[in-house]
Amino acid sequence: MSESRAPGLLEAAGLSKSFGATKALSNVQLSLSAGEVHALLGENGAGKSTLLKILAGTQRADSGTLELLGHPYAPNSPEQAQALGVAFVSQEPALCPDLSVAENILLGALPGRFGFVDRAELRQRAGAALARVLPEGAPLPDLARRAGDLGQGDRQLVCLARALAQTECRILILDEPTSTLNSSEAERLFEVVRELTRSGIAVLYVSHFLEEVERIADRYTVLRDGQFVHSGAIADTTRSELVKRMAGRDVQELFPRSARSPGDVVLDLQEISGKKLPISASLTLRRGEVLGIAGLLGAGRSELLRAIFGLEEVKSGTLRVKALLGPASPLRRLKQGVGLLSEDRKGEGLAEGLSLGDNITLSKLESLGSFGLVSPKRRAAVARAYLEQLGVRAQGPEQLARDLSGGNQQKICFARLLHHGVDVLLLDEPTRGVDVGSRADLYRIIDQLAGRGNAVLMISSYLPELLGVCDRISVMVRGKLGAARPASERTEHELLLEATG
Amino acid sequence: MSEIRRLFRTPWLGPLLALCLLYVLFTVLAPDTFARQSNLLTMLRQTAVVGIAAIGMTFTIVLGGIDLSVGSTVALTTVVVAESLRAGMGPVAAAAIGVLTGGVLGLCNGGLVAGLKISPFIVTLGSMSIVRGVAKGIADEQKIDADPRGLDALMQSHHGSLALPPGVWLMLATTLFGIGLLTYTKLGRQIVAVGSNAETARLCGISIPKTTLFVYALSGLLVGLAGVLEFSTLTVGDPTDSVGLELEVIAAVVIGGGSLSGGQGSASGTLVGAMLLTVIKAGCTHLGFPNWVQEIFTGFIIVVAMSIDRLRQRAR
Repeated sequence: MSESRAPGLLEAAGLSKSFGATKALSNVQLSLSAGEVHALLGENGAGKSTLLKILAGTQRADSGTLELLGHPYAPNSPEQAQALGVAFVSQEPALCPDLSVAENILLGALPGRFGFVDRAELRQRAGAALARVLPEGAPLPDLARRAGDLGQGDRQLVCLARALAQTECRILILDEPTSTLNSSEAERLFEVVRELTRSGIAVLYVSHFLEEVERIADRYTVLRDGQFVHSGAIADTTRSELVKRMAGRDVQELFPRSARSPGDVVLDLQEISGKKLPISASLTLRRGEVLGIAGLLGAGRSELLRAIFGLEEVKSGTLRVKALLGPASPLRRLKQGVGLLSEDRKGEGLAEGLSLGDNITLSKLESLGSFGLVSPKRRAAVARAYLEQLGVRAQGPEQLARDLSGGNQQKICFARLLHHGVDVLLLDEPTRGVDVGSRADLYRIIDQLAGRGNAVLMISSYLPELLGVCDRISVMVRGKLGAARPASERTEHELLLEATG
Repeated sequence: MSEIRRLFRTPWLGPLLALCLLYVLFTVLAPDTFARQSNLLTMLRQTAVVGIAAIGMTFTIVLGGIDLSVGSTVALTTVVVAESLRAGMGPVAAAAIGVLTGGVLGLCNGGLVAGLKISPFIVTLGSMSIVRGVAKGIADEQKIDADPRGLDALMQSHHGSLALPPGVWLMLATTLFGIGLLTYTKLGRQIVAVGSNAETARLCGISIPKTTLFVYALSGLLVGLAGVLEFSTLTVGDPTDSVGLELEVIAAVVIGGGSLSGGQGSASGTLVGAMLLTVIKAGCTHLGFPNWVQEIFTGFIIVVAMSIDRLRQRAR
């Protein structure tokens, strides 16, 4: 143990875990000190989730030592981990939507007498817990409100409050906490995290956003392919060094850009407005170009894409797809060669319980046999070709979609669009929850598509990506879409200003 | 303001309005028979069995479960009560054994759901058939006559008196118990938590097996009680009785705002739902509609109630 730092709160050494033949973790170490924010970095599949699960008590390591405050720590269950002071807040805030905010915070330890809930005490203690996870002076959300009616940011606060309220929390594990938050909610979260570390809590922070990590973390640990790569102070490193350690290679060509020559207009929107959002959106999209839309969560970007695809109602304005007017429905759009990649991969993008072959060919089975029959052989052949073309890391077409990592799942979604033969692609947050290495693959796919004369309209909350991938970028602010300007004239700073303006 | 809004969100407000409307409608259409006070009494009495079983089902559905064995259990209970009385037991002992029969069967269902992690639909689909078979076996496929020894009084009111029979009081008491349990007790809130999001509830240290066992056992006890009242009405043990009762019971819960995906439902809503079903039946009878019209009408009401609820949720 090093003498220079505060005594280790949690020390892990030589942790290994295998699932069948695959080694998820081998000989991993991790050291957390009180009061620090420790970033856990690595691509999807690097072993982060397995390590988190071991710490949170949902899985046990095959070998290695794990000590909490100098005592052996081997939780059998999440409850036990929590009782020992290790709280886990997952990516998707897990709440009981039908209970009130206050009940959610104190669930499992509802205050009461003779079996009855003491509502006054409940409110008072839940309020105190919530106040701890709010920046000073922020208004307290309604404690009696149904938790299911809260927005994502508030849900997460409730989860945080619960994690802190249940036992004396020493270690707080945050898994991709900002992936569902808008930037002001994320700011609020950073403030709260800082406040918590001041009281001696160690925060293990997992995020794909390196800017975020640089801002908030004190130290970091990088995993790659289940192995420990490096650990050090954030102040002593650079972003490119971090990326290099995570990917194990230079990611210089992160944003490949082949020669693109914009052709005919394939999508022409004039003053489109939806039921609530968007309020007003005009744009033109040409063959062979990538048009990006920046903006905050809730600005109406997804609604715009969904309206174009016929999933949401268009109230007014004209919408031309390849010069065609007329009513919109997903079926009609697909026939016109327009495809949507949903931001909700699990919910809408994939049939997780089906095989990769099924998922890829789902929207267009006609080519797989005659007389309405589907030939499994032909399906497998088609799927195998896409798996190869897109570099999907999978066992084969028969593997289930749920068994793939986020990046590889997203490639399957792309493969379906390609199989369907669409030439106008609407991409909603295509790299959400995707690791750095797979992101580079997705960027290459998008670039190739544009280079071959397809039109791409893409939403992203990750600005470097928009700047790197797109030809032109528009910003959506509170339902209104601004004019598109060449990406080369834009900067991250300016986009952020426009989006928050 | 927020109180008013909360009232509007009450899921059983719609069914309650429908109940009132239908009551007024039938009163206008059949003023001589339907509107009589004695008819109100009759309808309350007719609701008791379904109502009490439905309060039990409310707990099960709020937990995210289902129980298809209700009808069979009621039938077995009538048989067990009749056999007990024939064996010379007193009415209290026979009734207690009847209630316990339901409780034990509920415990078995709960044990299978919690222990083997089989879906409650499958478990109770199985027990529905098993329990029905056991009832027929015990009764030798016959109705069992027994001197009710006063148990029949549970569902009778004194001639000419408008006092509610004990069975109706039991239904009202059960409803109050259900409201209290689900709204004000820790256990009740934990049941809602499990039905709302079982994974989160587990992470918060709520034991899902224990909660499941408790809910199915409690629900079973109430089904047993409903069975005793059914015996009181029939005054015989009938192994072929109450076929399909579970569907009526589930309908009452669902009309009252229960969600089959769990987390939602209330005892008060369920009582409204049960009453609504009775009023439709009684009203149709008083208007001289044949049975098949009642069935179609009941089906429509269920679907309409669900569509309204769907719209209400979307408006939120």
